[in-house]
Amino acid sequence: MKIASKTVSAVSLVKEALEKAKKYAEYNVFVSLNEEEALKKAEEIDARIAKGENVGRLAGVPYALKDNFLSEEGNTTASSKILEPFHAPITSTAVSKIEAEGAIMIGRTNLDSFAHGSSTENSYFGPTLNSHDKTRVAGGSSGGSAVAVALDIVEFATGTDTGGSIRQPASFNGVYGLKPTYGTISRYGVVAMASSTDVVGFFTKTPDDMNLLMSIAAGQDSKDMTTLPDFYDEEPKTIKRIGVIKDFDNDAVDQDIRDALAHKVELLKSKGYEIVELEMPTLKYALAVYYIVVPAEVSSNLSRHDGIRYGYRSEDAKSLGEVYGKSRNEGFMPENKRRIMIGNFVLSSGFYDAYYLKAQKARTKIIEEYNKAFEKCDCILTPVSPNPAFHLGEKVNDPVAMYLEDVMSVPINLAGVPSLAVPAGETADGLSLGLQIVGPRRSDKTLIEFSKELEEANE
Amino acid sequence: MSKKYEITIGIECHVQLATKTKLFSEVDNDARGKDPNTCVSPVDYALPGMLPRLNKEAIRMAVVAGQALNSEINLSSRFDRKHYYYPDLPKGYQISQLYHPIIGAGYIELPDGTRIRIEHAHLEEDAGKLSHYDTYSLVDLNRAGTPLIEIVSMPDIHSAKHAHDYCKELWRIMTFAGVCYGDLYNGNMRFDVNISLALPGAEKLGTRAEIKNLNSFRSVERAVEYEYERQSKLLDAGERVVQETRGWNDATGKTTSQRSKEEAQDYRYMPEPDIPPINLTKEFVEANKPGLLPADYREKLGGTISSDILEILLDYQPLVAKLVELEDKNAIKKVSNLFSSVLLAEENTSLLNDELPSATQLKDLVAMSENQELSSTGTKEVFIKFFDPEMHFKDAKTIAKELNVLQENDTGALEAIVDKVLADPATKKAQEDYKAGQEKVLGFLVGQVMKESHGKANPSAAQTILKEKLK
Repeated sequence: MKIASKTVSAVSLVKEALEKAKKYAEYNVFVSLNEEEALKKAEEIDARIAKGENVGRLAGVPYALKDNFLSEEGNTTASSKILEPFHAPITSTAVSKIEAEGAIMIGRTNLDSFAHGSSTENSYFGPTLNSHDKTRVAGGSSGGSAVAVALDIVEFATGTDTGGSIRQPASFNGVYGLKPTYGTISRYGVVAMASSTDVVGFFTKTPDDMNLLMSIAAGQDSKDMTTLPDFYDEEPKTIKRIGVIKDFDNDAVDQDIRDALAHKVELLKSKGYEIVELEMPTLKYALAVYYIVVPAEVSSNLSRHDGIRYGYRSEDAKSLGEVYGKSRNEGFMPENKRRIMIGNFVLSSGFYDAYYLKAQKARTKIIEEYNKAFEKCDCILTPVSPNPAFHLGEKVNDPVAMYLEDVMSVPINLAGVPSLAVPAGETADGLSLGLQIVGPRRSDKTLIEFSKELEEANE
Repeated sequence: MSKKYEITIGIECHVQLATKTKLFSEVDNDARGKDPNTCVSPVDYALPGMLPRLNKEAIRMAVVAGQALNSEINLSSRFDRKHYYYPDLPKGYQISQLYHPIIGAGYIELPDGTRIRIEHAHLEEDAGKLSHYDTYSLVDLNRAGTPLIEIVSMPDIHSAKHAHDYCKELWRIMTFAGVCYGDLYNGNMRFDVNISLALPGAEKLGTRAEIKNLNSFRSVERAVEYEYERQSKLLDAGERVVQETRGWNDATGKTTSQRSKEEAQDYRYMPEPDIPPINLTKEFVEANKPGLLPADYREKLGGTISSDILEILLDYQPLVAKLVELEDKNAIKKVSNLFSSVLLAEENTSLLNDELPSATQLKDLVAMSENQELSSTGTKEVFIKFFDPEMHFKDAKTIAKELNVLQENDTGALEAIVDKVLADPATKKAQEDYKAGQEKVLGFLVGQVMKESHGKANPSAAQTILKEKLK
């Protein structure tokens, strides 16, 4: 990526990014631009470069911030009405780390409200358009971030991935998107969706950029007890055996995607890799497990948005009950409410054992199935989603069809393993295709290095 | 009074732990005397994206408290979320422990030896405080996130007195173990009391009412007494007791219905995903045992001090600790009397906040009293002066000299004083009366000797000499 130096000024990088952001306004990539602050920071960096100071590994690099990261610059809306007025008094650990290296946030990107969705159509600020076809969805929930990188507005963007929210929009827009091992990057200061599956990750144009960002952002954080002890400085491992999941090789998956997978498998064979066929029968339960565990945590994590201390409060609330009821009813999007209700249902006394507890047991089975798979292979190559980007409005009124988009991405979140979405060519109509490389826990860097083996000149 | 129904009581006790910072954030846990909402971090305020950071000191204190309850400590425990909406609960859930509490089954013994079993005790965070006004309410989150342990008893209590004694004993145990400041007025300990009645021999317990948020031992006792009357009247009339939560009004001495079972909330418990399980080692548990507890003091001091006095002194841990430090039985007996008669006398209770005299100071004082160097009044005077900032570090003899209260034990000197008194014409009549067999007047004569000696004469020595001289 282009980093500010004596020859390239940070101001010019930031100005260029801001100009592109405005040029592509119709894509609805950004919830807000950070023009003034970004230029001020760029000037500071240029001044420091002129003085010969060390300005960091991301000096002057413009980036886009998914609008569910708290930062003292601008409002953190989570693309929701209830947080629209919310200005954070603190900055998330991930943002602090990359900005300490000189990266400059030029704008906050659109997402499905509270990251609930797979198309960015659930945003309070309207959908983001696909970078390859404006009639199609950007994917989600990190749609804005994926498109910001795909349109080359910024060098990289942040994302969060609870069930595919980085990988699916990455594959819909032809960029790299990493869902790291659970606990690799601190979640401190990131609006929570589902605590046990949420991860922070990035969108980039190259594997090397991804590696650089991960080496900066990864690490244990005393403010997030679920972060892992530092492991990112370990050497990547060599990959020899590639697993492909037989259970996903069927008509439910789009032919273009199956062809793209077959093509990459041939490429790897020709390079001497061993291909291992895997049977992972438990994965078919992953979607059901996911839509119990995640809404349960969502309903819990969204309880704090009550109209009392910050955010939107209904103006005609006349009692405490109405402050809660009306503020939440008016402030949340329909999909938010749907997940809150599912979550409250599965946690209700009398239903807890049948749903939540059983789902947790199935989740353990899924983790075991991945453990077994990684005894037979070093990583797994699989589609990210069953289809390329679909049309705007196509699934937004059919929640179950929308949920089915996540069928191949959610098992990975439930297992907590890392997965890197990589570009894998285009359809005849020019829609981008993506695949994901899944590895055992802490294999993030290995996956990033290995992804270079899949690169081809025509992509 | 024999009672028609057998009463069964179980008590849940909330104990605020005396940690420096809150259970899940790094702000001050002691908000006494501070303005509302000044001890609140973004975590306590429940900003989006905030995550709990577990305070290790709270875990350590829970381990100490658990062992003080004779409980097993669960080496692996977890937190759960308990959901409800109220402005005192910023996250919309309380982080508590439902499924895997840190403290397992145990028991405590009341002063009369009755054993009350502990079902379990768990760690959780306190909620904030609401104050209600005419048309609005205010929230203070200073207390939100204060670490609590909730101690849940088995239904082993069967009288108002035992309910009182159980709460008081818990208070002593927690303060002796050093895990709680024990300030009841400020809500450091709060009691929820479950009460049900049944005819003796009944197979099942009766329907219970829960009296919430009692903050004194006396109110626990009164609430139980009131509930016995209320519930027995209902049962006598053939009516049913409703399972409900009731509030206690200290002024009226009555409980009133707050919420019935049907209105009870569904807390939608779920495991807390932001906090990994707590895993402790046996070594850690072993290294964090409580110091001496009330039961230990009863064992050590019980044979020496009457149980009435001991139970009074047990309300003041530093006093019994000091007694144990004295080691010598006689000294313990004497000093315990000074503690109960002087220090706990109403006009002196403010001295309890001061540092106690050293064991050496006290032992010297006892010795001087024993060998008649100090009268009982003089002993008390010197004892009080131990608390005087100017005399604090001085030994008993120096203080006695400064106060001029050393007793005159020198026989020769005493005899001279007695002679002087007997030579005084004012005592003539008394001397004659004594000789005529009225022994009572000897007291008067001793008094005269005391007066003449400015209180320093040893009265019994003076008496002996007087008797000798009036033979």
